[in-house]
Amino acid sequence: MTQWIDVCAADDIDIEDLIEVEHGEESYAIYRSPDDEFFATAAHCTHEQVSLADGLVLDYIIECPMHNGRFDYRTGEVKGAPACVALKTYPVRREGDRVLLGLAD
Amino acid sequence: MVGNDSSYENWRAAVASETWKNYQLVGSAKGSTEITDAQMEQRVEKSWFTPKVDRKALKALMKRSDRPAMMNYGLWLALIAATGVATVVTWGSGWGIVWLVLYSVIHQSATARQHELAHGTPFRTRWMNEVFFHLSSFITLSEGHYYRWRHSRHHTHTIIVGRDPEIQSVRPPEIVSLLINLFNLKTVVTTIREFIARAGGDLGPGEHFVPEGERQTVIRAAQVYLALVVLILLASVALASPLPLLLTIGPRVVGAPLYAILHFTQHAGLDEDVYDHRLNSRTIYMNPVLRFLYGNMNYHIEHHMFPMVPYYRLPELHEMIKDQCPPPKKGLLDAYRDIAPTLIRQLKDPSYHIRPVLPEDRVAAE
Repeated sequence: MTQWIDVCAADDIDIEDLIEVEHGEESYAIYRSPDDEFFATAAHCTHEQVSLADGLVLDYIIECPMHNGRFDYRTGEVKGAPACVALKTYPVRREGDRVLLGLAD
Repeated sequence: MVGNDSSYENWRAAVASETWKNYQLVGSAKGSTEITDAQMEQRVEKSWFTPKVDRKALKALMKRSDRPAMMNYGLWLALIAATGVATVVTWGSGWGIVWLVLYSVIHQSATARQHELAHGTPFRTRWMNEVFFHLSSFITLSEGHYYRWRHSRHHTHTIIVGRDPEIQSVRPPEIVSLLINLFNLKTVVTTIREFIARAGGDLGPGEHFVPEGERQTVIRAAQVYLALVVLILLASVALASPLPLLLTIGPRVVGAPLYAILHFTQHAGLDEDVYDHRLNSRTIYMNPVLRFLYGNMNYHIEHHMFPMVPYYRLPELHEMIKDQCPPPKKGLLDAYRDIAPTLIRQLKDPSYHIRPVLPEDRVAAE
């Protein structure tokens, strides 16, 4: 069963950018793609656990701000070293001006 | 950083145990891919000082464009071609040597370029970045896959003794070794020895920072590099001319001094084991020619604080945060006026280091 959590307003995130949000004890990265879709992954790079919030979004790629590890934020797939392990992804949906993050109960 | 000569490292460790710290790497590469809760807690406690910057302005600086890099790299390749042709045409006369030196200095700008390309920041188009990265890696004899892992560690643990594999300025300083290495003589010997070992499966210092899953890539790349070096040597023998060697990997020696002088200023004489790049790195104002050759790495504090900002935006980043950083050095001479006496004093007192003046209202993260 998926629980949908209201995490931010759509306009809190620029096009081709991301923000970090917290829920409970966990952090999540919420992305807004160039074609105005929303996605979510774990908030920290799998390489050395640096927050991705200050990373760079290029099309559908998020680059870690510390070592430039690259991931496809739609699937979590690794796209470039030094990252080796995929990012965990989460479902996201938009309801009006709000962005909802889907978490398993 | 010293190579994997065990007798040398043992000697160095013995010296360090009596006088200062042991610069041998510790820990495995496991931390590069996994992290425990305890390590995470430690990392949070030891987070690096970060200046206050407007997030949108910083993101704007991080945006990449192919255009500035294409113009810069186009000029670089044109200069290499022009001075290379001049070297070949005038070879046999005194002018041949002059052109070779000029060619080599321009050619070895690849050391700074490889570094920036390893961060993936000069070009927006990924394949362009990778082509220039592996070209620069080969002509500096610094294999790219291995370098990326090593340099990642340098950014995570900048001048943290035992963790940073790129510490150049050890204490007490090795003055003779530094002077010999002005022409990369020590580096070339170490490089060849490491390539042979790596091609045979021994990663040497890389055991500390190359993850298990990447070892085969690094080993195969070392084998390819060795094969290419042998081909270059064979070409020189076949043509009965040193030019194939001198025009490909020869500049690693001939063109080395300028870059040895430039690179050494990045951290030399500054503090160790502090989580504040303002205390372990140095920013120096330089003229446009040096900045072209050096890829703006004179803005070294800025580069370490925000490695995602491409080299061509570092001057703007500097303007944005300079009120939170120590005053930059006014040039190379100004920097060495600090470094030289510090190294001499460290011969007797390894605990001594330069303490940059920080703005009064900014607290260092010591």
